[in-house]
Amino acid sequence: MAESRISLEQVRHVARLARLALAPDEQERVRRDMDEILAYVEKLNELDTSAVPPTAQVGEAGTPMRDDVVTCAPRADEMLANAPANERGYFKVPKIID
Amino acid sequence: MASELNTITVAAAQALLRKREISSLELTRACLDRVRAVEPKLNAFINVSEREAIEQARAADRRLASDGAAALCGIPLAIKDAYCTRGVATTCGSRILEKFVPPFDATVIAKLRDEGAVFIGKTNMDEFGMGSSTENSAFGPTLNPHELGRVAGGSSGGSAAAVAADECLAALGEDTGGSIREPAAFCGVVGLKPTYSRVSRYGIIAYASSLDQVGPFAKSVRDASILLRSLAGIDPNDSTCSARPVPDYERALTGDVKGLRIGVPREYFVEGMQRSVESAVRAALKQYESMGAKVDEISLPHTDYAIAAYYLIATAEASANLARYDGIRYGLRVEGANNIELYDRTRAAGFGAEVKRRIMLGTFALSAGYYDAYYLKAQKVRTLIRQDFERAFERCDLLVTPVAPTTAFRIGEKTTDPLTMYLSDIFTISVNLAGLPGLALPCGYDENGLPIGMQIIGPPFSEENVLRAGDAYERAGAVERRTAKV
Repeated sequence: MAESRISLEQVRHVARLARLALAPDEQERVRRDMDEILAYVEKLNELDTSAVPPTAQVGEAGTPMRDDVVTCAPRADEMLANAPANERGYFKVPKIID
Repeated sequence: MASELNTITVAAAQALLRKREISSLELTRACLDRVRAVEPKLNAFINVSEREAIEQARAADRRLASDGAAALCGIPLAIKDAYCTRGVATTCGSRILEKFVPPFDATVIAKLRDEGAVFIGKTNMDEFGMGSSTENSAFGPTLNPHELGRVAGGSSGGSAAAVAADECLAALGEDTGGSIREPAAFCGVVGLKPTYSRVSRYGIIAYASSLDQVGPFAKSVRDASILLRSLAGIDPNDSTCSARPVPDYERALTGDVKGLRIGVPREYFVEGMQRSVESAVRAALKQYESMGAKVDEISLPHTDYAIAAYYLIATAEASANLARYDGIRYGLRVEGANNIELYDRTRAAGFGAEVKRRIMLGTFALSAGYYDAYYLKAQKVRTLIRQDFERAFERCDLLVTPVAPTTAFRIGEKTTDPLTMYLSDIFTISVNLAGLPGLALPCGYDENGLPIGMQIIGPPFSEENVLRAGDAYERAGAVERRTAKV
């Protein structure tokens, strides 16, 4: 059997980074899928890219600047309308600091 | 007595509206009647805005009563549910945004509202744009109007099906790896992915920000040209958006392709391709030659690496873009003992399997120790793919290829193995990596009567040439537009 490119422990670590709670059977399924896909993407190693610059952007716009002036002032009630929990104009979250 | 007004093109509607022979209200009602009739079978829409559409149509008719109404005034459109529409639920095909009502309009939506367009509703899609069949929607798949046991394609399957079934006159989609072009091909309609940065992405729920592009679905290339003109243009809210002036694309549709140099990449005619797809595209090339174009075989040598590069770059960008869905400011929330648990549980409950898979892959590709081997490597291969096209366009004006290796596959046929689904993107994906314009248009039907699409690819900002070539082929009448049987 071909060696795994990713272990269950690595899957758990990545799930923690991605803030995804995966059930144990889900973890194994994801591990298997990732293993298959990672095996596939290894074909990129057939290419010698040592002298090739990376492409991060394909647009030509660069980084346009503007003055630091408020141009959009949304209403607080509009911004809170979708909040799962809000109170007196604040988003409510579980306690973080004791 | 059902009106057939929903079956006309945007160009035809524009003329009839201005001559006062029809009203936007009649046009809109015809579309809504059709929606009511076929939606139980198709599931192209997540939300239909009947009341708002009628109001918009009435307002459009008032504007049309005096001269100078904008191009899309009174035209009924369907909008992919990835576009933020103020006051109208925008789900992006996901449970995590099931009840999300944006407090703002995407720039292109605001532009269309200003013109007086009518919005029939928000169309179904693969969750967050991740998929090629609309089977990854949290709200059920959209079926192909030509054969209900088959997929409409994805991720913009709802918009493609809505146009094919005449539920609207045109629609908006979004394309990251083929999500406009592939469903267009599967549903037998025109679909355009403009040059990256041609159209503002502000307010379009992001999947992969260096790949996403907004574009129209239409019943003709002329209609797509009309729509592009209204959509394109600079936007201070999207810093990647191009400042180049927007041409009158319709004016470029001269019907003349004499001397046009068309390149055919040999890597796009692969083993395992459906035979009728290949023969339909080759027949289209013969048609172009008979109209005076020159057709030559070329090579895009890094084609085979595009899918691998894409599924590292797109997933990496997606893992960052989807980090915002945390149950705090909007969307689904599942409570937890602390904030971390809240995030973990909210995201586990709100995201479907494919989305989770891609977030995991992207997070891994960007993580310490793996960034160079995966993400950076993919970015370098992206450069090679881009260079392939640059070299090709030194010898050719445009490239013509198939859109997909097959016609619409059956529901459930490709869902057991994610990689099988990914491999069907082979002909569309490089175009996003290189940021080029790609037009999909019908070029035939297979032995089962399923539509076949061909793709015209051009250099950056060559939409006038791409649309001219597509329109010329369409007008030559080599392929009849068959009404969907639904």
